[in-house]
Amino acid sequence: MKQTLGVKIWRWSIISIVAFYLLVPLYAMLDFSTKPFGFADTGRTFSAWATIGKQEDLLQAVTRSLITAAIVMALILFLVVPTAIWVQLKLPLLRRPFELLCLIPLAIPAIVIVVGIAPLYRWISINLSESPITLAGVYSMLILPYTYRSLSAALDAVDIHTLAEAATTLGAGISRVIFGIIMPTIKTGIINGSFIAIALVLGEFTISNILNFKTFQVVIAQIGRTNGQVAVAVSLASLLFVLVLLLLIPNKKRHGAILDVDIA
Amino acid sequence: MSASAYVQLVDLAKHFGKVKALDGLTLDIAEGELVALLGPSGCGKTTALRALAGLQELDRGQLIVDGKDVTFQSASKRGMGMVFQAYSLFPHMTARENVEYGLKLRVHKTSSQSRKTRSADLLDLVGLSSHANHYPHQLSGGQQQRIALARALAISPKVLLLDEPLSALDAKVRTQLREEIRRIQIELGTTTLFVTHDQEEALSIADRVGVMRNGQLEQIAAPAELYDRPKTSFVAEFVGLTNPISGKVSGGSIEILGSVVKTLPGSVSSGTGIALVRPESIDVVANNSGNAQVTAASFLGASCRLNITINDGTKVTAQLPSSDAAGIGAGANVSVSLLDMPVFVKAAG
Repeated sequence: MKQTLGVKIWRWSIISIVAFYLLVPLYAMLDFSTKPFGFADTGRTFSAWATIGKQEDLLQAVTRSLITAAIVMALILFLVVPTAIWVQLKLPLLRRPFELLCLIPLAIPAIVIVVGIAPLYRWISINLSESPITLAGVYSMLILPYTYRSLSAALDAVDIHTLAEAATTLGAGISRVIFGIIMPTIKTGIINGSFIAIALVLGEFTISNILNFKTFQVVIAQIGRTNGQVAVAVSLASLLFVLVLLLLIPNKKRHGAILDVDIA
Repeated sequence: MSASAYVQLVDLAKHFGKVKALDGLTLDIAEGELVALLGPSGCGKTTALRALAGLQELDRGQLIVDGKDVTFQSASKRGMGMVFQAYSLFPHMTARENVEYGLKLRVHKTSSQSRKTRSADLLDLVGLSSHANHYPHQLSGGQQQRIALARALAISPKVLLLDEPLSALDAKVRTQLREEIRRIQIELGTTTLFVTHDQEEALSIADRVGVMRNGQLEQIAAPAELYDRPKTSFVAEFVGLTNPISGKVSGGSIEILGSVVKTLPGSVSSGTGIALVRPESIDVVANNSGNAQVTAASFLGASCRLNITINDGTKVTAQLPSSDAAGIGAGANVSVSLLDMPVFVKAAG
C-alpha cells in the first residue's frame, strides 16, 4: 500500500516531536558534561568523562550493581518463571492469588518497604554479609509486578497446556517441560521481564540509599554533590550502557537456545 | 474381553463435577487395529483417549496395554504417541528437531546418527523431507499436523492416539490427510485410537467405529455394519441420515410406504413404531400417476437427493444415483417404494 504524502508528513512530525522530547535532555547532559570549567572558555573538554575511570568507588559500585542484577536475573529464570509456569499448568485455582501477591510490591511505597525490611537487613549485615549484593533479595521482590505482567501476557498468548502434554507423552518430565519447552516458547516475555528488572535494579536509589548501601545510583548521587559534571557524565554513560544491552541481547542467539536446557 | 485384545479399557469412569464424562466404558482394541470413537461433544470420547494417554486421571477402571496394567503409570512413561487437535509443535524447534525430541528422551538413548536417520525416514513417510529445517510458523496447518504425526510415530508408540487431529484443517486437506493417516497406520501396523465427531472421517478410515453416548459405548462395529445394522435408535440417527416413518410392526417386520420390510434386532417388536429409513433405501421412479411429488432436488455429483412429499402427507428424503434420477426434478410426480433392506424401528412417541 502506498502512503499518501499527508500520512508521511504526519508520521514524520510525530516521530520528530517524540525524538526531540527524548533527545534534548540527553543532548543537554552531553553538553553539560563536556563544558570547560569557567565562563569565558569555549570549546569542549572530556575531562569529566576521563575521570569516570579513575573513580574507585564508582567502579566498585558498578560491579556490585551488575552482580546484583545478575543474581536477580538468575532468581527470575530459576524461581519466578518456573513458578509462574507451574501455577498456570498445575494450579489454575492459584492464578489469581499468585497474581495479587506479585502485584503487592507495586502498592507499597518504597519507604514503607525500607522501614519493614531495615531490621532484617541489620541482622543480615551483622550475621551474613555487609555487601550491597544482599540487596538482590529485596530487589527480586520489587521487580515481581513488572516481570509477572510480561510473563503472564506471554503465557496467555500460547497454548502451553497442549505443548506441555505433547512433551509429556513424548517422555518429558515436568522440569524438562518447563525449562526445555515452555521457557524457550515464552522467551520474548522472559527477556522483556528481565530487562525491566535489570533497569529497575540498576536505577534503584531510595532503598539502597536509606539502608546505606553503596550501589551505582547512590555513588552517582555522592559524586554529584562534589562534581556535577562527572555525575552527569556517569548518568549518561549508564543510559547508553543500558541502551546497548537492550539492542544486543534479544538478537544474541537464535530462538532461545540459551534457555533450552539440554540435559540429554 | 477377547483374548486377542492388545489394548483394553475396562469399566472406565470419570466425572467432572456433576457431569459423568465416562460411565463404565469398556473397549478392546486388537493389535494393529484402527478404532475410531465417534460421538457428539461431551460424550466422553476425548476423556477416554486422554485417560489412555495418561493425561487424565480416572475415578475407576483399568487400562491394560500389551498385557501390562498401565492405569497408574505416568504419561511420560507410557510410550503413547499422541496428535492433538490444536497445533502442538514446539515453536522453537525445527520440524526435524520436533520429530527427534521424543527419541532424545528415550531410556535407551539413541545415538545422534540413528536419530537423524529415523527422523529423516519419518519426514519422508509424511512427505515433508524438504521441510525438515522449517520452523512450525513457516508451515501450513496441514503440514504442522503431519509433522506432529511424524513426531508421535518417531518413538514407535505402543498406541497412536489421535485427538480430532483434522478438525482445524480445511475440507480438502482434511480428506487428504485422513487417507494418509490410514496409509501410514497400515504400513506401520500401529494400533490406533482415533477420536472424532465427524462421522464421515470415522467411517472412512477405521477398522471399527465405536459410537459413544453419555460416557458409554453405544455400539462398536465395522463401519458398514454400524451403518446398515444399527443396534439402537441413537446410533441409527447419529450415523448417517434417516427418515422417520411410522408403521405397524408385527412378527419382525414393519409395513411402511406400502412395503413390508424386516426389522433389525433391538427394534420395537409389536404395535406402532417409527422406522428409521436410510435415504438410499427409498426407491423413486418417475410416474405421472404416482403417489408422491418431488418438492426439491439437489444434485450432489454422483448422487442426487430428492425431498419428496407423499400423498398421505409424509415427507421423506431419498438419495439415488444421479443416473437413476435423470429427469426427476422439483414438481415431478413419482412413485415411492422401499428397497428390501432391514430397518431399525424405534418406539413411537
